[in-house]
Amino acid sequence: MDLLEYQGKQLFAKHGVAVPSGEVAATVEEAVAAAERVGYPCAIKAQVLIGGRGKAGGIKIAADRGEAEEHAGAILGMDIFGPRGEGPFRVDQVWIEGGSDIASEYYASVILDRGEKKLLAMVSAKGGMDIEAVAEKDPDALVKRHIDPTREFDAAAARSIVEEAGLDEDARGQAAEVLARLAEVATSEDATLIEVNPLIVTEGREVVALDAKVTIDGNALFRHEDLAEIADTADDPQEAMAKEKGLTYVKLDGNVGILANGAGLCMSTLDVVAQAGGAPANFLDAGGGSKAEAIVNALEVIVSDEKVTAILFNIFGGITRCDEIAKGIVEASAQLDLEVPLVVRLDGTNSAEGLKILAEADLPNLRQEKTMLDAARRVVELAGAAS
Amino acid sequence: MSIVVGEETKLVVSGLTGREGSFHGLRNRDYGTDLVAGVTPGKGGQEVEGVPVFDTIKESVEEAGANTSMIFVPARFAAPAIDEAIESGVHTVIAITEGIPVLDMLNTYWKAKEAGVRLIGPNCPGVLSPGKANVGIIPAQFFDPGKIGVVSKSGTLTYQIGNELKQAGAGNSSIVGIGGDPIVGADFIDVLTLFEADPETELIVMVGEIGGDAEERAAEFIESEVSKPVVAYIAGFTAPPGKQMGHAGAIISGSSGTAQAKKEALEAKGVRVGESPTEAAAIAVETLAGLGRGSA
Repeated sequence: MDLLEYQGKQLFAKHGVAVPSGEVAATVEEAVAAAERVGYPCAIKAQVLIGGRGKAGGIKIAADRGEAEEHAGAILGMDIFGPRGEGPFRVDQVWIEGGSDIASEYYASVILDRGEKKLLAMVSAKGGMDIEAVAEKDPDALVKRHIDPTREFDAAAARSIVEEAGLDEDARGQAAEVLARLAEVATSEDATLIEVNPLIVTEGREVVALDAKVTIDGNALFRHEDLAEIADTADDPQEAMAKEKGLTYVKLDGNVGILANGAGLCMSTLDVVAQAGGAPANFLDAGGGSKAEAIVNALEVIVSDEKVTAILFNIFGGITRCDEIAKGIVEASAQLDLEVPLVVRLDGTNSAEGLKILAEADLPNLRQEKTMLDAARRVVELAGAAS
Repeated sequence: MSIVVGEETKLVVSGLTGREGSFHGLRNRDYGTDLVAGVTPGKGGQEVEGVPVFDTIKESVEEAGANTSMIFVPARFAAPAIDEAIESGVHTVIAITEGIPVLDMLNTYWKAKEAGVRLIGPNCPGVLSPGKANVGIIPAQFFDPGKIGVVSKSGTLTYQIGNELKQAGAGNSSIVGIGGDPIVGADFIDVLTLFEADPETELIVMVGEIGGDAEERAAEFIESEVSKPVVAYIAGFTAPPGKQMGHAGAIISGSSGTAQAKKEALEAKGVRVGESPTEAAAIAVETLAGLGRGSA
């Protein structure tokens, strides 16, 4: 789960990392009132989960009330695209914070290095710009050091990293402290990515986190009540509905609804549908051992997306029993008044029983296919061109 | 021979008195796995269908000779259960549990490493050596004994490929589900090493998915250390960047970790990559037949 900048900053503040004080606002009126309290100049920053906000026009400095109103009006509701064309990300909230006098801009991060199975701390004196470009053009400017999981990572341990990165001498003590606190955020809040770019030194020689990118491990939310609340506010209606029903659902842009069991098989199903010339509307992993009720729920989520013109069920039963899946399909058809065609491929555990249930139900809009590839071709044909 | 589990496996199941643990543990026994014990704290002295239950894994090692532990414990309690297994004296721990916090696994990973215990998973379907032993939830009916080793991040995708191999008349030495989480015990390289040394395995099928760089690392390793042919399949070509697809590990960050990057890395090292599970299975069968004719 990714946190918005202001949520990340609140987490930083909780762990003693200095951040500019500010307020979040969802309307122009709220934004102006917040700016009046924060004082001028202030920064008005779009709160979206994508990088490159500044370049996209999502961060503006307001010198007075008039500018605060103008900028908040322009930023709220705008669509921001990521550097690789991701999005659009609609701006529903802005963060208003006091302007900072910047003397130096650094980069600091703590991330989970899957390959090495350790946390990795990275620091650079060249912050405020695209860190991937820095790493590529001037690799020595980015100091990377793994954190020993068996020892405490305190400011003393972090000190050598900031020294090697060549940060201003009078800022090193504070920067080392910040790095240690970021590592503490990682371990105590179950964050797998924490990135601060820029980490600034103010004219008053204070080290402050001016941005925050934080990813929290979704599997650990059970031990973080405050973060779990944030996770409950999914913005897409289908994704919110799926979350409520305990399904793993990701919305995509196409018109072919997909339901498979197992994340790997589901991803593979998206791929074969795309290879057959179709455009998947979603990823939905019904999970292992799905019962009929889960299938009814899943179908309900899929058909609530109006773009869906045909649905593919790709089930290979391991612990999942195909007869349970078939019962679910029959129940869902009775309950949901399904108008779109369903293509079903059932294989694996109890597939004969499952196919028998479907044959007996004789649903008018259901087609069976024997293999995954045939099923993909058929559903693409039935779905027609994505509009 | 086979790898990880086989005729020498003496299995202890944590949570054998629970619903999942008893269902799969007894299913594994029915397949022929030597299930020697169950463990549930406070229920030592009981029996589950003739299998003795102990309070600790250590007791099951000492008294029943267990050497392989299977973990079915719910996610929030799973890491301590794996730690207990690591310290108990078994040589292999197979963790099926899904949804364990990644930082818990970070600590557990290093504990296993230091103790010299082989950890498979978590969030994996287990290991099956057809005709010998099955530890986990892999449906054994889709796999016959044979010469193809399978190592996979995904469960259902493995069953899909196994079934296609079986229909084409090919079988497996062992099927190892390594799991799709960001931090797992044995990775592709560890399992490729075992298959390379296993005289029964003549060809290896590797099933990967988006996220991390385990496939890219495996490609490098295959070039220098694996003499047996390797066929791969990668899932997730149509996954949008930055979207999480069920497995915590399947997160694309930037350009690396994409299915395309993995496919290219493998192909650059001479590994043939199937476009679909069906094609990967067909390539494996065709390659194996070529080996059979002595063309290599």
